[in-house]
Amino acid sequence: MNVSSILSSSFAVRAGQRGHWMLLAGLALLLMLVPFGIVPFGEGWVRILALALLYVLLALGLNIVVGFAGLLDLGYVAFYAVGAYMTAWLSSPHLSEHLPAVMALWPNGLHVPIWLIVPLAAAVAALAGIVLGAPTLKLRGDYLAIVTLGFGEIIRVFMNNLEQPLNLTNGPRGISQIDPVRLGPLDFSQPLTLGSFSIPSVVLYYELFLLMGVGAILIGHRLEFSRIGRAWMAIREDEIAARAMGLNTRNLKLLAFAMGASFGGVAGALFGAFQGFVSPESFSLMESVMIVAMVVLGGIGHLPGVVLGALLLAALPEVLRYVAADLRVHTGGRLDAAILRQLLIALAMIGIMLWRPRGLWPSPERARAAPEEMTP
Amino acid sequence: MTPLLEVRGAAKRFGGVQALGGVDLRIDRGEVHGLIGPNGAGKTTFFNVLTGLYPPDAGEFHLDGQPYRPGSVHEVTAAGIARTFQNIRLFAEMTALENVMVGRHVRTRCGVLAALTRNVAFRTEEAQIRERAQALLEHVGIGHLAPFKARTLSYGDQRRLEIARALATEPKLLALDEPAAGMNATEKRVLRQLIETIRADGCTVLLIEHDVKLVMGLCDRVTVLDYGLRIAHGTPQEVQRDPAVITAYLGAPPQEMTT
Repeated sequence: MNVSSILSSSFAVRAGQRGHWMLLAGLALLLMLVPFGIVPFGEGWVRILALALLYVLLALGLNIVVGFAGLLDLGYVAFYAVGAYMTAWLSSPHLSEHLPAVMALWPNGLHVPIWLIVPLAAAVAALAGIVLGAPTLKLRGDYLAIVTLGFGEIIRVFMNNLEQPLNLTNGPRGISQIDPVRLGPLDFSQPLTLGSFSIPSVVLYYELFLLMGVGAILIGHRLEFSRIGRAWMAIREDEIAARAMGLNTRNLKLLAFAMGASFGGVAGALFGAFQGFVSPESFSLMESVMIVAMVVLGGIGHLPGVVLGALLLAALPEVLRYVAADLRVHTGGRLDAAILRQLLIALAMIGIMLWRPRGLWPSPERARAAPEEMTP
Repeated sequence: MTPLLEVRGAAKRFGGVQALGGVDLRIDRGEVHGLIGPNGAGKTTFFNVLTGLYPPDAGEFHLDGQPYRPGSVHEVTAAGIARTFQNIRLFAEMTALENVMVGRHVRTRCGVLAALTRNVAFRTEEAQIRERAQALLEHVGIGHLAPFKARTLSYGDQRRLEIARALATEPKLLALDEPAAGMNATEKRVLRQLIETIRADGCTVLLIEHDVKLVMGLCDRVTVLDYGLRIAHGTPQEVQRDPAVITAYLGAPPQEMTT
């Protein structure tokens, strides 16, 4: 292949990408309209979708750590918790009520705007990612998983107990009265009325989370096809060879932890404002496991697969809740809905792993098989 | 002229085993230097010390007149020594092209911000990385395999891909750890041509190899290790006649000399 043919093929790729982006833009527009079709069936369904979009954000963040850099992180929910508590502290009366110093300065409570909290939460979570990453740099696989699992639990236990001597987290009771998202004149807790048309609050949140999700996909995609993304994948494939290629694996791993964690922080900050309430029970080990499951079941390292995995696993339990409730009625209460739900999710996971071990939508096998040796 | 690489007194101990007991090595610019020795002589240990994989217990290391500390692998690569592995270590799930593109990492600089904004610097650099990587694949003769995943390549092609990936770091010294291991006669001939091309391009090569025929035919000078010590060095002809070398390989004083 000579230079001109390389150039022309790269132009073809660019043109193909443009078509790709058009398709994605159309898809995004369609997704924007989805909640309006669902609202008549109940706002609860839109709420489920909005939460699913937050899980997309989380799964895309974890995909940077697990999918790109190959570092198995079982404590990812800790960063989600960090983001959520950032919102709770910075936009609720909690700190003013319990800390005299804050009370003296801000008697009406801190009400930091969300557009400031989100980047702040990303930065603090990234820092937490580095704090977690630094001592675990030499660990791989199972060992890394155990340490990160411990880290996740540490954060949760802290949130559960930081009410003595200073009441920072209000312990297991959690922090309530968190401000809803407000952007300029737009208050997300109130329906937006445009003439005779009214957009419910939950749809506004849905649209915001959709926007963040699209942004996360874009970031993930751009990182994947960059010098940094290739370096992460090289570390995932063979760390010793990666070092021999001159990669500073320490810095690159810390970067992966920080980037991945910042997604978790953003998702957490939005979650806090969306719920208006945070408590440690939202950040259990089970959540971390579910996020890892989203990445793995969807297709590890492959963005569309990860998004699909997140949407399915976040929505499936909620859908099953309705199905299971019906079953409970039909069996006269002998089948407990919650247990049945767990059972069905577990069965679905086992099924996927049996029939599609590389995930529902794995990265394409660009190389099916190299042709036979052409040179003599 | 200062030598490209000069090592004095490299020592390495693993517990009770003195794997290297003060090895000297001198490689001149533009030569293909062979490192041979019986199994367990310390060749691979020396190689790993030289490239920073194992920190040495003692020794002075100079590359291109500059002292370097073989403490971290990526700094050694940045300083200008690139290596391949005895048991091939490619990035299996990445394409051949991507493997070589990773090799460009150490000579390029765009970070996260550039990647996220896709600014002009990023696009220019990315195009250069891709172009250079493709050219290197052509150079080692596997340009047509660029889009295929590394693990799907044949054994000989994987060896060549590893060399292309190492060359992508723009090394002053290319260190090959048994590149001909497991190759058939045809593949060995192609490999030999490739190493000669690399030398002709001005790159110095350090070669660990068991295939005596290949070493004797290709190398300008040879260093022989045994039990972690240098027992001989010189041209292939000199080394072949060295009694210490013959003892090391055959285990007894020679009755008659054969080559």
